[in-house]
Amino acid sequence: MQAPFERAVQAHGARVLRVVGAVLGPGADAEDAWSETFLSALRAWPDLPEDADVAGWLVTIAHRKAVDVVRASARRGTVVAEPPEPGRRTAAVGAPAAGSTAHVDALDLVAAVAALPPRQREAVAYHHLAGLPHPQVARLTGRSAAAVRRSAADGVAALRRAGLDPEEPA
Amino acid sequence: MTTPPSDLDRLRDRLADAAERDGTLDVAVRTLDSPVGPLLLAATPAGVVRIAFEGEGFDAVEDELARRVSPRVLLAPRRLDPAARWLDAYFAGRRLDAATGVALDRRLSSGYRREVLDRLATDVPYGAVATYGELAARTSSPRAVRAVGTACATNPLPLLVPCHRVVRSDGTPGRYRGGADAKRTLLALEQGALGGPVDARGEVADRPGT
Repeated sequence: MQAPFERAVQAHGARVLRVVGAVLGPGADAEDAWSETFLSALRAWPDLPEDADVAGWLVTIAHRKAVDVVRASARRGTVVAEPPEPGRRTAAVGAPAAGSTAHVDALDLVAAVAALPPRQREAVAYHHLAGLPHPQVARLTGRSAAAVRRSAADGVAALRRAGLDPEEPA
Repeated sequence: MTTPPSDLDRLRDRLADAAERDGTLDVAVRTLDSPVGPLLLAATPAGVVRIAFEGEGFDAVEDELARRVSPRVLLAPRRLDPAARWLDAYFAGRRLDAATGVALDRRLSSGYRREVLDRLATDVPYGAVATYGELAARTSSPRAVRAVGTACATNPLPLLVPCHRVVRSDGTPGRYRGGADAKRTLLALEQGALGGPVDARGEVADRPGT
């Protein structure tokens, strides 16, 4: 890429933070994954082709970093149940109060996605929060497009029951 | 949906520090408010490489840095602390003869333009002014008045390399990256700090229009 890296941080920094927050639960792990993602991206930036999909590329790196963070937590013997799948940690992230339809806060949504079962969480985080098409989510997570589509639908249904409604990405 | 800016700002600070340690912070940038409008400051590991005025378009300047230095351009204020401190003191009216304590990366100047800017930094002290012709006379091409004008007008390090002290022979300010008004403001600032305009020999002299 010939463009200044700074522009990618401005354009996608908040989105990547929402995605890692949803996959890992908001907090220190998500922040570590965010920092590692953008540091790796900065290293590789000059070699990225001009026509690359920067958002998709960053989310792909973020996914790998989330896996790394979960593995590192597992080695430290902390809250992880089963490595290495990202997001499979038992951190108790409070789901929003049932029926609270008044104000859908972005942080509520990130926390609620983080509280979903792992496959639903990934499918919703990468599709609805990161904006990746289902086939790309499938490649990222090593599942079939149909499976991630189903997980995303189940996850969104669970979020709607909790009074939250992630929009379908454009 | 938005993330609270404070979280992201803190993470961005952390990223800048990590990149510095990692050796991948090729171009650190930050902005600074000043009496001549917001400035963009940029530094490589070697030193300050570019100072830009708002009128130049900060996005365009970052594009130029990405192309000519490295696309690894990142908001990272800490590397620019010495330059920001120098500029703050300068704008507060402190007489600072050269970019004392501020390392400069001169890679964006070469050839005759570089010679002109080097001459300027050594031969035209704080509060002084020289004409384009007077400055040309001190270089290897003593008649290259227009080339001196171009060198000053394209100075990548204005303020730190004081091209604002070079004026036209009729006393009008002449071209400046920050605009003629900014040039007048800087000359008035320096002369105000000294109690009157001085010429290139450091003697107080009246020069209309500056």
